[in-house]
Amino acid sequence: MTIAQYLLLSSVLFCIGIYGVLARKNGVMVLMSIELILNAVNINLVAFSALTDNIAGEVFALFVIAIAAAEVGVGLAIVLLIFRNKKSVDLSEIDQMKG
Amino acid sequence: MVAQNVFFAILALLMIVSALKVVTTNNIVHAALWLVLVLAGVAGQFLLLGAEFVGVTQILVYIGAVIVLLLFGVMLTKASIGDEENINMPNRVLPAVIGTLMFAVMSYSIIDSYRGKELPKETVTNAAMVSDSIFSDYIIPFEAVSVLLLAALIGAVVIARKEVA
Repeated sequence: MTIAQYLLLSSVLFCIGIYGVLARKNGVMVLMSIELILNAVNINLVAFSALTDNIAGEVFALFVIAIAAAEVGVGLAIVLLIFRNKKSVDLSEIDQMKG
Repeated sequence: MVAQNVFFAILALLMIVSALKVVTTNNIVHAALWLVLVLAGVAGQFLLLGAEFVGVTQILVYIGAVIVLLLFGVMLTKASIGDEENINMPNRVLPAVIGTLMFAVMSYSIIDSYRGKELPKETVTNAAMVSDSIFSDYIIPFEAVSVLLLAALIGAVVIARKEVA
């Protein structure tokens, strides 16, 4: 196995996640795409950890997993609050800050 | 080595197809279920790389907790169970172009710098090695993450609860 195949797989996932963040309008769908991006980063961390035989990459992958869990918790709370106030989670309607 | 490459190819194909489904399907519940496949594939790749503990944590935290949380979000925002209209931006060509361009740049630089570099064989790291590292070198980041999780927990409760007069 080469390192490049893992890096290419993770960049495919990353770019699909980027497309999802930009092309989706529903708040929950954008959060799912962010999960794709974070998982792409984790594949990179673990692959480099195996390449350099250094455990730090795996430890940081665990930290990323913990932070992703916190992020999705707070993100969903924000989406729920938006839903309660506007009766929709359509991100293109949230434009009160637009000048 | 050949068997590992075959498993890598199967998992990678599964993950890419499921990830494309996550960002293209019009049914929010189906998108969450496709995301389960992607996350399971990532866990499989971790196991293939010999990272046992990270693979198991991936299944426990992502498939066990994050997906359930996302499905709760879907239910609480009253999404319909069937197909949903109006969940995509009107202009989806530009995001696709941006994604493809980013992939082109990244894959060029990856192939340019890591072509043919083999991973070392048989580097299994078990939970004991990971925990030794966390509780010696990375004890301060570990404590910071635990405080962050507490803060996120309290923050989520404060943000999402109903105002009681």
